[in-house]
Amino acid sequence: MSHIKIQLKEAQVNQLKEVCRSFDNDPGELINVLHKAQGIFGYLPAEVQEVVARELQLPVAKVYGVVTFYSFFTMQPKGLHPISICMGTACYVRGAEKVLDEFRRILNINVGESTADGKFSISCLRCVGACGLAPVVTIGEKVYGRVSPDGVKDILREYEF
Amino acid sequence: MIRIGSMAALEDIRKQLLQEQQTKQQENQVVVKVALATCGIASGARDILQFFSAELEKRNIEAAVLQTGCMGYCYAEPTVEVCRRGQEPVIFGYVDEKRADDIIENYIKKGVMVDGLIPKNFSTACHCEHEPQAVPEKSKQIRIALRNCGVIDPASIEDYILHDGYHALADVLNRMTPEEAIEEVIASGLKGRGGGGFLTGQKWKLTRQSQSAQKYVVCNADEGDPGAFMDRSILEGDPHSVIEAMAICAYCIGAGQGLVYIRAEYPLAIDRLLHAIGQAREAGLLGSHILGTDFHFDISLRYGAGAFVCGEETALIHSMEGHRGEPTVKPPFPSEAGYLGKPTNVNNVETFACIPLIFRLGAAWFNTIGTANSKGTKVFALAGKINKVGLVEVPMGTTLRDVIFDIGGGIQHDKQFKAVQTGGPSGGCLTAKHLDTPIDYENLTKAGSMMGSGGMIVMDEDDCMVSVAKYYLDFTVEESCGKCSPCRIGNKRLHEILEKITRGEGSMDDLNKLRNLAHVVKETSLCGLGQSSPNPVLSTMENFWEEYLEHVSDKKCRAGVCKAMMKYFILEEHCVGCMACARNCPVNAISGEKKMPHTIDQSICIKCGVCFEKCKFNAIEIR
Repeated sequence: MSHIKIQLKEAQVNQLKEVCRSFDNDPGELINVLHKAQGIFGYLPAEVQEVVARELQLPVAKVYGVVTFYSFFTMQPKGLHPISICMGTACYVRGAEKVLDEFRRILNINVGESTADGKFSISCLRCVGACGLAPVVTIGEKVYGRVSPDGVKDILREYEF
Repeated sequence: MIRIGSMAALEDIRKQLLQEQQTKQQENQVVVKVALATCGIASGARDILQFFSAELEKRNIEAAVLQTGCMGYCYAEPTVEVCRRGQEPVIFGYVDEKRADDIIENYIKKGVMVDGLIPKNFSTACHCEHEPQAVPEKSKQIRIALRNCGVIDPASIEDYILHDGYHALADVLNRMTPEEAIEEVIASGLKGRGGGGFLTGQKWKLTRQSQSAQKYVVCNADEGDPGAFMDRSILEGDPHSVIEAMAICAYCIGAGQGLVYIRAEYPLAIDRLLHAIGQAREAGLLGSHILGTDFHFDISLRYGAGAFVCGEETALIHSMEGHRGEPTVKPPFPSEAGYLGKPTNVNNVETFACIPLIFRLGAAWFNTIGTANSKGTKVFALAGKINKVGLVEVPMGTTLRDVIFDIGGGIQHDKQFKAVQTGGPSGGCLTAKHLDTPIDYENLTKAGSMMGSGGMIVMDEDDCMVSVAKYYLDFTVEESCGKCSPCRIGNKRLHEILEKITRGEGSMDDLNKLRNLAHVVKETSLCGLGQSSPNPVLSTMENFWEEYLEHVSDKKCRAGVCKAMMKYFILEEHCVGCMACARNCPVNAISGEKKMPHTIDQSICIKCGVCFEKCKFNAIEIR
């Protein structure tokens, strides 16, 4: 859990409230609201959860419970270029672990961490369903297929590493 | 699209579209279809589509360049179908700009065949007068759920209607009572394709019988099995078929509202589905007074957020309500009390995709395909160490051998087949002795695995089965919702024992504990996730017992996967002293003079394998 306290700007709070209102402040829409909120902030720090809880009239604990239950939601800020390595079975048997090790080695960070300059972060995801291209890596929205450990450097170079 | 107010109007529109298509066919010299599903796009299919559009125009060739869904040949993406006027369409794989240029210059212009041709390996069941009726003969594949994938433009409702779309809905609304329609689905023998294998029609009947003013139809598109992509492909390639089937289901059970629970990891499928829902509303095929009847129905989307357990229907319903996706004990079944406490019918994407054709060609027709207790076809996502990774749809009763070696083209790099994993983290690993087992619900369960949703991962001699079991347990431990202790704690302990074994510290006693605990977790967990999570362990212990024994008694991993048991050595007689290994070793464990044999300091070596990969003289040996 992130211990860095952040202060939401008033405009950001209003933006969040607007998101909640677009779902009629319906507590049943909590997950959809959180998806939108993460889309705006990139992650869901405690302060964002507090605003959402207040607007939907839910206990903060309930919101926190949902955020921590689903792997798609994160309380850690991601890098500018979030790298996700697919750990689905097809990718696993085709060497995804070696690809992951290479990213970790080159960027010198672990899964769930960001580089000091905030440029890259590494996470694992379950399956993007592009098993024909295993092993698969996504950076932001872009999908890279048939990635080999040797190709990792070239991919990073596209992002001015 | 104009609003379609009646069944007759639907038929008129289809005839009109057919005529337009025929006119176009006469005008166009060639029709090019590019498969734009997630795999295709990741391989550069969008650029290829652009290339064809621009170049065909530049070279003055009258052509239609269209997008379509996954053709099933994922191994050869980007794939392109080219149909010259008056000829059978052909499919090309691995199409880059160079090959696209070749296709235009030689095949399209002169009719001269070029490299990259993929022979079509399936027949399609359909009810379209302008295409021949399906004659499933020698082809091992029959496409029912995938009938429109890679054929139609998923963004075009017109194209769907042209391919008999929404006609099943019209038939049902105009000619059948809900009870008659349900009987038809029961008679077809269709079972849930998400893995449960419950009779679909029976489920509909139970939901119909529940008394309530408000009922719901839910489509489970939370395809959480790693290595499975059937539902994604259907939603990306043929979203209208799911919408049509949900509407039929709603009419049968008496629901007015439909919900699709879809993974947030599938942005393209979400886009295409939302687009399709919008089109259907505009055409009056969703909304009030559908096709001029008193039937009202609409669909909205709910997004998953990355929790495997949400594939379980009670957990899915809780997630749709905005809660943590924890399962609850059944009964009550969702058919009695589901979404918001109302009767709810939950079916999987592939199940829905079969429905329209069952009504168009009849339950009796569907019944002729498959085995005694498993009717119809099943879509499998064939992946792993196989030559032709892709989507396949085979009649129930097809053998694993046919799927893996015939359709899948055998094992990559001519390696030895070792195992095939079906059913995802809930399934098991089957081995060479099961290759001739006909695939159906009963046989797979009997063999210690299960049908599951259709992921089929092939493994070869380089895969360590203990590690594979550990991989799946790793998944389950991560995905267990934590509600019941057998699953939350039991799986964690199972994982720890497997860790110990793969580290080379396991004992015979650990193997006994592993087996006993696996049975306890299986028998005492609350929901399907926990009840099936030990399957990968039990099935690998059953089928690959000797590998477990080797790990504990000989401290040996025959596949060379368990690093802790491996040691890297330099063979003096092969080493030329090129220093490549020493330069690349990340921990400086390799020493030696230039042009003299090197040595590895075992106390420093982290067994990363870099030296093995870098050595050009086969001088590194793994023992």
